Amino acid sequence: MTTLLIVVLLGLSAIAFQTGRKKALRATAGNIAPLHSLPTYYGTYVALWVGIPSLIVIGLWLAFEPQIINALLLAALPGDVRGLSPAELGLQINDIKNHAAGGITSSELSPRLQEVADYYLGLRQNGLLGMTIVAVAAGVGGLAVGWRHVTSTFRARNHVERTIRVVLIIASSIAILTTVGIVLSLLFESIRFFAQVSPIEFLFGLQWSPQTALRADQVGQSGAFGAVPIFAGTLMITIIAMAIAVPIGLFSAIYMAEYASSQFRSVIKPVLEVLAGIPTVVYGFFAALTVAPAIRGFGEGLGLSVASESALAAGLVMGIMIIPFVSSLSDDVINAVPQSLRDGSYAMGATKSETVRQVILPAALPGIVGSVLLAVSRAIGETMIVVMAAGLSANLTANPFEAVTTVTVQIVTLLTGDQEFDSAKTLAAFALGLVLFIITLGLNVVALRVVRRYREKYD
Amino acid sequence: MTDLLAGRALTDAAARRQLNRRHRAERRFKYYGLAAIFAALGVLAVLLVTIVGAGYSAFQQTHIQLDIELREDLIDPDGTRKEADIRQANYAVLVRDALIKIFPDASGRRDRRALARLVSSGADIQLLNMVLADATLIGSTQTIWFKASADFDSLSKGQIPRDVPEDARKVSDKQIAWFDHLAALGLVEKKFNTGFFTTADSREPEQAGILGAVVGSLLTLIVTLVLSFPIGVMAAVYLEEFAPKNRLTDFIEININNLAAVPSIVFGLLGLAVFLNFFGLPRSAPLVGGMVLALMTLPTIIIASRAALRAVPPSIREAALGMGASPVQTVTHHVLPLAMPGILTGTIIGMAQALGETAPLLMIGMVAFIVDVPGSFTDAATVLPVQVFLWADAPERGFVERTSAAIMVLLAFLIVMNILAVVLRRRFERRW
Repeated sequence: MTTLLIVVLLGLSAIAFQTGRKKALRATAGNIAPLHSLPTYYGTYVALWVGIPSLIVIGLWLAFEPQIINALLLAALPGDVRGLSPAELGLQINDIKNHAAGGITSSELSPRLQEVADYYLGLRQNGLLGMTIVAVAAGVGGLAVGWRHVTSTFRARNHVERTIRVVLIIASSIAILTTVGIVLSLLFESIRFFAQVSPIEFLFGLQWSPQTALRADQVGQSGAFGAVPIFAGTLMITIIAMAIAVPIGLFSAIYMAEYASSQFRSVIKPVLEVLAGIPTVVYGFFAALTVAPAIRGFGEGLGLSVASESALAAGLVMGIMIIPFVSSLSDDVINAVPQSLRDGSYAMGATKSETVRQVILPAALPGIVGSVLLAVSRAIGETMIVVMAAGLSANLTANPFEAVTTVTVQIVTLLTGDQEFDSAKTLAAFALGLVLFIITLGLNVVALRVVRRYREKYD
Repeated sequence: MTDLLAGRALTDAAARRQLNRRHRAERRFKYYGLAAIFAALGVLAVLLVTIVGAGYSAFQQTHIQLDIELREDLIDPDGTRKEADIRQANYAVLVRDALIKIFPDASGRRDRRALARLVSSGADIQLLNMVLADATLIGSTQTIWFKASADFDSLSKGQIPRDVPEDARKVSDKQIAWFDHLAALGLVEKKFNTGFFTTADSREPEQAGILGAVVGSLLTLIVTLVLSFPIGVMAAVYLEEFAPKNRLTDFIEININNLAAVPSIVFGLLGLAVFLNFFGLPRSAPLVGGMVLALMTLPTIIIASRAALRAVPPSIREAALGMGASPVQTVTHHVLPLAMPGILTGTIIGMAQALGETAPLLMIGMVAFIVDVPGSFTDAATVLPVQVFLWADAPERGFVERTSAAIMVLLAFLIVMNILAVVLRRRFERRW
């Protein structure tokens, strides 16, 4: 049905294009000169009149069909089913939908519900059929309207170009819509979470065990949502990562910018950037397979007890991942320091390293701080390495050999494999996501501002 | 004057010592820089060597050759040759009988079961498919190569040490003796592991392949490309060529820059809350995965496209406008075609990022265990990096090499895409 609709609409647009063009040419007896616009613009104008109304119909249908059908389905359910608890009701509705789709259901449907399933199937098919008819009708109607507009003095090009501009504006506003979508979805779910757990407890509580009891008589599963151990774990892994990435990244950037010959640069720089192109899941596997056992063996050699999912392993590998990030940003920043500062320093008799330490680094410091802040936000938001190499249990510890957990690890564990969507457990993931979003956004805004101000200083 | 300076500064021992110290510090500083670079390169080398070292063996699979007697009384006792009857037969017995024929000493249930474990548990499906394809085989004896089970595959590759106590490894002494006997008879052979590229996921390492994940990645990337390329290019064209300098434009630009730095997992949360829960799109589907990744790659494509558009010199625009072209015509006929190589390069790099992305897809349920190769954009599917994640979590020994091999395939795809981007840039780059 949908393929047929697409074919029909494309065909209709093609017909519209041809009729529009032909009508314009006929109006001037095949002579282009008296026309306001080129003939193709008349064709495109009529074709747009076909495409846009039918696309609007399809878009509305895609956006609202599930909700409307669901409401109708709910209304058609027998009263006693409708009175069930939301969870059971959801199960029944799922069953009905699976049954209608011809899939596997968890149980045979009772005849009553079978009726509802048939009704649901009918609704969906009629809905699709109705939408198709309305969309085609809208296209045909549009064709008629557009065709009537076409005359030799009609400013078809201006109309077409205005439409193109509107489409361009819509495309650029997708970025805004995405941000709005992120903020709204995080906020809504977090508000629902904070209705169950107080924000004070969430932000300052020391106990994190998100398993809520399935039955009231279960022991020790009361669910505690104090996120401080998670923040502490994130902080520790980030610090370890930065302890690796900042020195190595900064020193390689200094060498690249100040010492390396252009041949060395042209070979080594792309190779270093390979580190940034490796998917994070690969780093995670490397951390879990190689680095963590190595650290464990090393620690045991020293007589230390090292957890197999130690913070150190995850932090080390994350640091490696971030090296190219620090080095390429710092490289740009160091290159932006004006040559006159270097020349002045050399003229005073300073060696290269003295110039770097006493002239270039102080001058580049704001930019370097900015790039480190961007790297920190990268580290905080990094997911796969910590999911695969860091632990799950929320320990509040300062020992890097112990297992800690991070915000992103908790989001992943809370949301994978869990279907229900209104328990405090799943909602907690969105609250954590909100915290993550706010922190990384803050870091980025500050960092970008610092870098921009620095650039302006030397431009 | 010069004599005075030279005479004093260079003969003064203290000054020379100081100069030497400063030069030593200079050399040290330089070596720190070199050491940092080689540390990073060294880690990269270790990483690649580890992955390749652990993964290259997965491209070979140990096979065991057996003479299978396709007994009619077991496969199709009534002689109907109907598919339903043929499907019901117990082919595992045929495989076990063939093994017992070689090792008559294996008596008793426990021994026989241990013996059957030499061959992959997918052997019966292999036989079934063979018989279904050609029913005339029933009643004949066929020489067939079966996959060895994962443990014996590891054994023959030397990944299971033979010198540890029997209870510390997954294969018993007896099984090792049988296996070695088979090898001595020339019935064991390592062959190129075609199954790795032609099957989807499985619980059994020797039957698990990456085709499902590769197809899932392909479907997901198609959705991503179809959405993010046109939208990204249109947004870049608007911001670079038409947008007036006002608050709205600034706001859009700030948004794009911030979106480029939002952690990928947050996009996953967006997809879960908006696409799955609000719009009710199917879980685990490449369609939703592609939509989420499209939102994620959009900033990359917009930023790259804007840079490419900015690199087109203004004289081109002025010439076109001077010839009477409208602003839209100027852009679509002249500026955009000239900027296209740069835009395509940025798009390929964005697609490479999307191909390697894992975290947001975990949020929208693309982390399921899926044994079928997905056939459409709404089928449940997984993608290559998620497959890597799933296998890395699996406890079986045989999955370690498969994880590494899947990573090698993933990296190969990424390398090809990046080389393509570089070639495109080199070939079509124009200096104005």
